[in-house]
Amino acid sequence: MIELTIDKKKVRVEQGTTILKAAQQVGIEIPTLCHFELCDMGIENRPGGCRVCVVEVEGRRNLAPSCITEAEDGMVVKTHNIRVLNARTTVLKLIISDHPFNCLVCAKSGHCELQSLATQFGIRSLPYEGEQSHYRKDTSPSIIRDVDKCIMCRRCEMMCNEVQTVGALAAVNRGFMSVVAPAFEMNLVDSPCTYCGQCVSVCPTGALTEVDHTNDIIRALSDPAKTVVVQTAPAVRAALGEEFGLDPGTLVTGKMVAALREMGFDYVFDTDFSADLTIMEEGTELLQRIRGHLAGDSSVRLPILTSCCPGWVNFFEHNFPDLLDVPSTAKSPQQMFGAIAKSWFAGKIGVNRKDLIVVSIMPCLAKKYECQRDEFKTDGSPDVDFSISTRELAAFIKQANIDFLNLPDEDFDDPLGESSGAGVIFGNTGGVIEAACRTAYELHTGKALKKVDFHELRGVEGIRSAVIDFDGLKLNIGIAHGLGNARKLLDEVRAGTSHYHAIEIMACPGGCIGGGGQPYHHGHSEILAKRAAAIYAEDERKPIRKSHENPSIIRLYDEFLGHPGSQKSHSLLHTEYFPKSNEVSIYLNGHNGK
Amino acid sequence: MSQYNTHLLVCAGTGCHSSESSLVYEMLRDEIMRKGLDKDVQIIRTGCFGFCEKGPIVKILPDNTFYTQVKPADAKEIVDEHIIKGRKVTRLLYTDPETAEHILDSRHMGFYKKQLRIALRNCGIIDPENIDESIARDAYQALGKVLTGLTPQETTEVIKKSGLRGRGGAGFPTGLKWEFTARNKAVQKYVVCNADEGDPGAFMDRSILEGDPHSVLEAMAICGYCIGATKGLIYIRAEYPMAIKRLKIAIAQARELGLLGEHIFGTGFCFDISLKYGAGAFVCGEETALIHSMEGKRGEPSSKPPFPAQCGYLGKPTCVNNVETFANIPVIILRGADWFSGIGTEKSKGTKVFALAGKINNVGLIEVPMGTTLREIIFEIGGGVKNGKKFKAVQTGGPSGGCLTEKHLDTPIDYESLLAAGSMMGSGGMIVLDEDDCMVSVAKFYLDFIVEESCGKCAPCRIGNKRLYETLERITAGKGVQEDIEKLKNLGSVIKDTSLCGLGQTAPNPVLSTLGNFMEEYMEHVHDKKCRSGQCRNLLYYVISEENCIGCMACKRVCPTHAISGEKREVHQINQDICIKCGACMEKCQFDAISLQNDYPRVTVMANC
Repeated sequence: MIELTIDKKKVRVEQGTTILKAAQQVGIEIPTLCHFELCDMGIENRPGGCRVCVVEVEGRRNLAPSCITEAEDGMVVKTHNIRVLNARTTVLKLIISDHPFNCLVCAKSGHCELQSLATQFGIRSLPYEGEQSHYRKDTSPSIIRDVDKCIMCRRCEMMCNEVQTVGALAAVNRGFMSVVAPAFEMNLVDSPCTYCGQCVSVCPTGALTEVDHTNDIIRALSDPAKTVVVQTAPAVRAALGEEFGLDPGTLVTGKMVAALREMGFDYVFDTDFSADLTIMEEGTELLQRIRGHLAGDSSVRLPILTSCCPGWVNFFEHNFPDLLDVPSTAKSPQQMFGAIAKSWFAGKIGVNRKDLIVVSIMPCLAKKYECQRDEFKTDGSPDVDFSISTRELAAFIKQANIDFLNLPDEDFDDPLGESSGAGVIFGNTGGVIEAACRTAYELHTGKALKKVDFHELRGVEGIRSAVIDFDGLKLNIGIAHGLGNARKLLDEVRAGTSHYHAIEIMACPGGCIGGGGQPYHHGHSEILAKRAAAIYAEDERKPIRKSHENPSIIRLYDEFLGHPGSQKSHSLLHTEYFPKSNEVSIYLNGHNGK
Repeated sequence: MSQYNTHLLVCAGTGCHSSESSLVYEMLRDEIMRKGLDKDVQIIRTGCFGFCEKGPIVKILPDNTFYTQVKPADAKEIVDEHIIKGRKVTRLLYTDPETAEHILDSRHMGFYKKQLRIALRNCGIIDPENIDESIARDAYQALGKVLTGLTPQETTEVIKKSGLRGRGGAGFPTGLKWEFTARNKAVQKYVVCNADEGDPGAFMDRSILEGDPHSVLEAMAICGYCIGATKGLIYIRAEYPMAIKRLKIAIAQARELGLLGEHIFGTGFCFDISLKYGAGAFVCGEETALIHSMEGKRGEPSSKPPFPAQCGYLGKPTCVNNVETFANIPVIILRGADWFSGIGTEKSKGTKVFALAGKINNVGLIEVPMGTTLREIIFEIGGGVKNGKKFKAVQTGGPSGGCLTEKHLDTPIDYESLLAAGSMMGSGGMIVLDEDDCMVSVAKFYLDFIVEESCGKCAPCRIGNKRLYETLERITAGKGVQEDIEKLKNLGSVIKDTSLCGLGQTAPNPVLSTLGNFMEEYMEHVHDKKCRSGQCRNLLYYVISEENCIGCMACKRVCPTHAISGEKREVHQINQDICIKCGACMEKCQFDAISLQNDYPRVTVMANC
């Protein structure tokens, strides 16, 4: 332990603690901008670039950035004398001087960390106005890059490279024109971007935001010829309340349903329903593959990988095109919902496919891309028409002038609104594989599970593994969240050294509760923990907790699909994957070839 | 072994090379062959003599004849007259600008008299592409001495005692750096030679690598021995092709003789060197940025600590030293710490190489003991200000250094005194400015370079320097206001105080030092809209003389902005607010009535009022 003095307060900290953290221990919050942390997950960005957190350290010539300067024994630090305050304010004014002033119409207004700092510092004038840097705006199916607003905090770069190992974004250019962008001025769509949206979730300003589809939905809702159906993903209900000032982890399922109904959706359904459906298909495939493997069928690929995360699907299509037969062929719950809604359900209510609009509310930005994929269209019309994020829904509710907090709790509509607890836990890392185990165990053994909760599959570690005993059949289960962790497991699969039978992968740290479309957590990882707890709480409250016991699922198979893995299931609920070359390699190969 | 009576040394440094010195060499060689003198006369291509002002240089030994600005066509005359008949070619001899005398022996040249060449000891003397010539000048003797007679600790102690400090700019004690790196235990460590010379006008590192590559290779091996590294890397900018070529030859020759590679001098010490090329970013001279660039990452610095000595190239302890620093090492080992520390000032030992440029008679590369005054350098070695103009300032320390004035001329130069005077040593650039230079424009020039070369990582350097530049631009355009001066001061001090690396921390120096020393020029620009040296185009005014103007209307007709008023046969006037200073009027006027002046014209009473 070492002892230092910060603003005349003595503080004892471990060797290696930064001044920023040491100050927090004595209640001194030094403002930061580029620094970002999700400490539970070991994610940290501290390039020391913004220089907003500078402090004066006695005996040092220059001011020190507190986020990267380690505390030393006997150090005397001043965090708010005139020199420090003038430097901080001047630096902030400089940053603002190269930032567009159109806050009123910025998607990030109200959530922007630069705006908050400007308020905190009481910035009233900009003495250092001058040229502003301008760049091309880039729109992809999921993400808009408006990098005139980029402040070079490098958070997105850290997320994209270190956490996700996607490598779509990095600093380019020099000096005043430096900015974070795909290489070679590529568009995001041509880059290896997976649309996981983690860059958006950490961007402090409006430089990276989601493509907003709210207006498309308003247009559909106002068209009397259209029947508009909405599905809500499990993780949305655990986070939506945050946008209305509720404590993180407050479940707002009933209010969300009520709000959607009030907004004019004809049917308010639940993606949890199709999550149960996913388990039926994926669980069956899992058992089939394992049984085939045990029977010595060499054509069977193991491990089986979950496939409900579209960011993850994009990732393996880009990076592991040689392993496309490894993931489950089951579509994601969003797409299974769309397929069933526009076939079985449309038939049930006697509405033409073309008059049925399916909207999804997702914690995810990759879902926007997923629902536009060609293989999820019938005659050019998509199974899911529009996907909006939790954030967009919140903004939509506010825009519609709905008093969200005082809404009564309402229930989902039938039949696509009924779900089991297994469907709910899809929102957490480990949830899909836990749900699959609940069903696969009972289908395989024919026995009822004594304990539904598989605690060994839960947690926040990036890569987890567990052995699940299926009554003598010991299954090695792997779990990874964050694409960097996924890459490690996939490298093992590619090398033939993986010992897993099944692996669950979620692109976002924490799973869908930490998705790129969720309310901004601003680096507070306890928010993610509370959302996860809320999801498990909802599961526990559910009378039915196994997908195969969901009565609506049973009815769907009885009335329409036959059985899991049937021909009809295959045509509606399963998909295939395509290798994606990325433009960087084309570019480089092209040049090498010449 | 051949014995030659006469040696012809032809400078083959980049400067002379680009003035056709290689053709001079070939013509001389052919002429010597033709006359059958090749047994008697040896001709070699050497590194830089430093006297670049008058290149290409041909020096003839043993009598130290120093021919300047030699053209290929002069080869025949040199051989016929000098070699065969023993008569010096007077027209090619260096002429002292003061006495107008031809200098017969180069040792009597003012340019060389006050120099002490340690780092440059072999430049202009040996053929850098022939290791034998280096060995004849004691190359690898120091390495042999330490490997066979001194422990790494003892060797480091010698360097520490010598007082040698980093010549790249920061002046960190070299021995201490070695000791820190040695102290960090690791399976693999690295010695890195920083040859990313980026200061505009500085070329000492290039000259050493081109003229005496073995001194650097040897020093790197000694450093490797001291810190426990077996691998050395030279980070050199790709736009130094000649230095790269000579380094490659030198490395190959040293390997062949077992002076690099396995078991050097039959000891257990193994050391090898490879090259890494930089793309010419100024910031990559900063050691952490340099290391990132070598690793294939974006060339931008990171916060220290951790220092490269702890966590450097590929995460391993790394000792980064500059070319000139390394070039001093072998001599220190051979001649001893006491000899070296006997040269220089109390805290700055040894010599320093400076690149003299700007408005100075002897542009070139010089090496002087620390403590030499600016006056000695500029007026004795440098031969004074060009064209008899008045000395105004000298800019030292490269783009992030500062401007020193008349009052600093007698300051003995070392790391401390330059810092105290508001400038810095930097890598040793020295640019002389005369009365025709506008100090605001000079500051703007350097800021322009910094804005271009900032890596963009930290906000104060990325945006702050741009804003400084824009403010200077406004001032030189005549749009400055008093508030701008305050802005420059505050912004400059905050950028220094908050930037991440040395580049940003020193970037405002040109502005702050000119504000300190030449405030009156800033004030003139801001308040009087006047640039006394006439460099700021927007602060020049076309004025019609009442005496000469006959009112012919010729100027009025050509003025593209209708800025000229006045009726026929009346004196015309130029409205300065509309004038775009194109000069068309002055060109048209046949009566010398229009002139360009740098004082804002007083409003004259119209003739017809």
